[in-house]
Amino acid sequence: MLAYAIRRVLLAVPVMLIVASAVFLLMHFAPGDPVGVMLGPDASEEQRLALREKLGLDDPIVVQYVRWLSHVLRGDLGQSLFLDQPVTTALAERAQPTILLGILSLIVAIVIGLTSGILAARSRGSWLDLSLMGGAMVGITVPSFVLGLLLIFFFAIHLRWLPVAGFQPLSAGLWESLRYLILPAITLGAGQSAFLGRMTRSMMLDVLGQDYVRTARAKGLAEQTVILRHTLRNAFVPLLTIIGLMTATLMSGAVITEQIFDIPGMGRLLIQAVVRRDFPLVQGAVLVIAAVYVLINLVVDLLVGFVDPRIER
Amino acid sequence: MRREEIVDKENREHTRAASTSGRQIARDGSSRALLPPSPRERRWWAQQWFLLRRHKQILIGGAILLVMVLSAVLAAVITTNSPTLINGYVRLRAPNEYYFFGTDNQGRDVYSRTVYGARLSLQVGFLTSALTIVAGTFVGMIAGYYRRTEGVIMRITDGMMAFPGIILAIGIMAVRGPSVSNVVIALTIVSTPRVVRLVRSVVMGLRESPMVEAAIATGNTNSRVLWRHVLPNIVSPLIVQASFVFAEAVLAEAALSFLGAGAPPEIPSWGNMLADSKNLLRQAPWTMFFPGAALALTVFALNLLGDGLRDLLDPRLRQR
Repeated sequence: MLAYAIRRVLLAVPVMLIVASAVFLLMHFAPGDPVGVMLGPDASEEQRLALREKLGLDDPIVVQYVRWLSHVLRGDLGQSLFLDQPVTTALAERAQPTILLGILSLIVAIVIGLTSGILAARSRGSWLDLSLMGGAMVGITVPSFVLGLLLIFFFAIHLRWLPVAGFQPLSAGLWESLRYLILPAITLGAGQSAFLGRMTRSMMLDVLGQDYVRTARAKGLAEQTVILRHTLRNAFVPLLTIIGLMTATLMSGAVITEQIFDIPGMGRLLIQAVVRRDFPLVQGAVLVIAAVYVLINLVVDLLVGFVDPRIER
Repeated sequence: MRREEIVDKENREHTRAASTSGRQIARDGSSRALLPPSPRERRWWAQQWFLLRRHKQILIGGAILLVMVLSAVLAAVITTNSPTLINGYVRLRAPNEYYFFGTDNQGRDVYSRTVYGARLSLQVGFLTSALTIVAGTFVGMIAGYYRRTEGVIMRITDGMMAFPGIILAIGIMAVRGPSVSNVVIALTIVSTPRVVRLVRSVVMGLRESPMVEAAIATGNTNSRVLWRHVLPNIVSPLIVQASFVFAEAVLAEAALSFLGAGAPPEIPSWGNMLADSKNLLRQAPWTMFFPGAALALTVFALNLLGDGLRDLLDPRLRQR
């Protein structure tokens, strides 16, 4: 187990390195002079030179790369051009909404996904199965930003149950904070729950066809016991992998959801940075989101290895 | 099951698809279209129609898509107003007999904009999937066929797949600036690695097959083996993949435009329209309903088509 864990952690290192390199190269992907793009056409020659100097763009690219990498390794992502604060501080200040949104939407996705998948598999071919899987198809098809706008229209504008948009930190009280996050969490979680529902159903059906499930039934166990103890447990390992993938996907989906609901999180910061052409901030935000994504995948692989020891080979 | 195993399983299933239906295409896909149909060919068409009727997903998905394509091509004919015409006198009108889908806060015709939005979405989807398939097939065949290149190419695709797709696309759009061609470039970069992986795994299987060994043994050059013996056998998984890349590209373009990092604001795109509608939900919900429905319907049709094609090209994968 330890050997597997170490190997898996070591495997993540080159991936992170490639991610960091790609983020570095991103700046040089700009058409023409990145400084010109950042400052816009009205900037004076002095401003351009000053920014080139500040970003160190006049050094050879290898020098720039090594410098960037060493700064990143020390946790220094540079200075935001517009916010007048370090990129890391800017990101840290906006982490809470994103993390809250991520956790809540994960709960939504898992609860709806697992329940509907299990119910559908239990009564395969019934109207319940058909309508649940039809619903899942809709959930996969309707893009999150369309769903989000629809939810705002019905629940916030039409029924006035919940706020239209915005965010309250946890310090404002749990319910006050939750009220603002319910619609975003459903928006973000729905697509993933549909995906998970389909996978759960198919994994459950795989296991339900096994001999030991038939034996369990033949022994006269209650259907509930057969489903929960004999089937779900064995379908759980592949599902864990999928839930891990989902968690990582939710992280990036948060960018869109935060934009729909005006939630001041990291994703919205990234979009603001894109609009203002604040390249250091764009680089920093992309790097952090990608790093979290890699990290979640790593944790999930380790968890799966822990739950299912057959995997360490 | 770990993630790699799930991916590998998927790839193996595609390999099977290649070994069964690739042959069929190689046998029947010969270009004799100019000759009058022989009885055998008529039978072939009848058979295809029969297959299509059995695969309702392709039929329904294809029909919806056909309507979308037609309206995109005929946009200038079937619209009644210019999609970009600003008219202060008819702001926020509900759908009526002149403005079928109503107007937005600048008095622009939502119906015309939705139709022209279809044009943009399908263009981006088509270009992205075409470029992705070409690039992915090229790189993937090299990686799968020439062992020495494999390590490097696979590490790079691993690194690129470590990025969440939309984040990488946003990053690229940030430095390239908003334009439709940049959207296509960004989405192609994002979706190519997956095709590379798929093609590589299929080609690796084919490389060891007696067919390819025979082709090499009879003295064919490497490029000829790849072009004439390997490529025709990976066509069917590529077709399936293309339809999914298409669907994802349509969705991603709308998402990027919605975020303000896609098509420039003056271009009618479903994503731009949805972003504008956000502040009009109270007064003019129709500005959201119609582009939203068009987008969802298109993605639905493409997914249906992809699922149907997969079932058709490899019946063993059919969903239970």
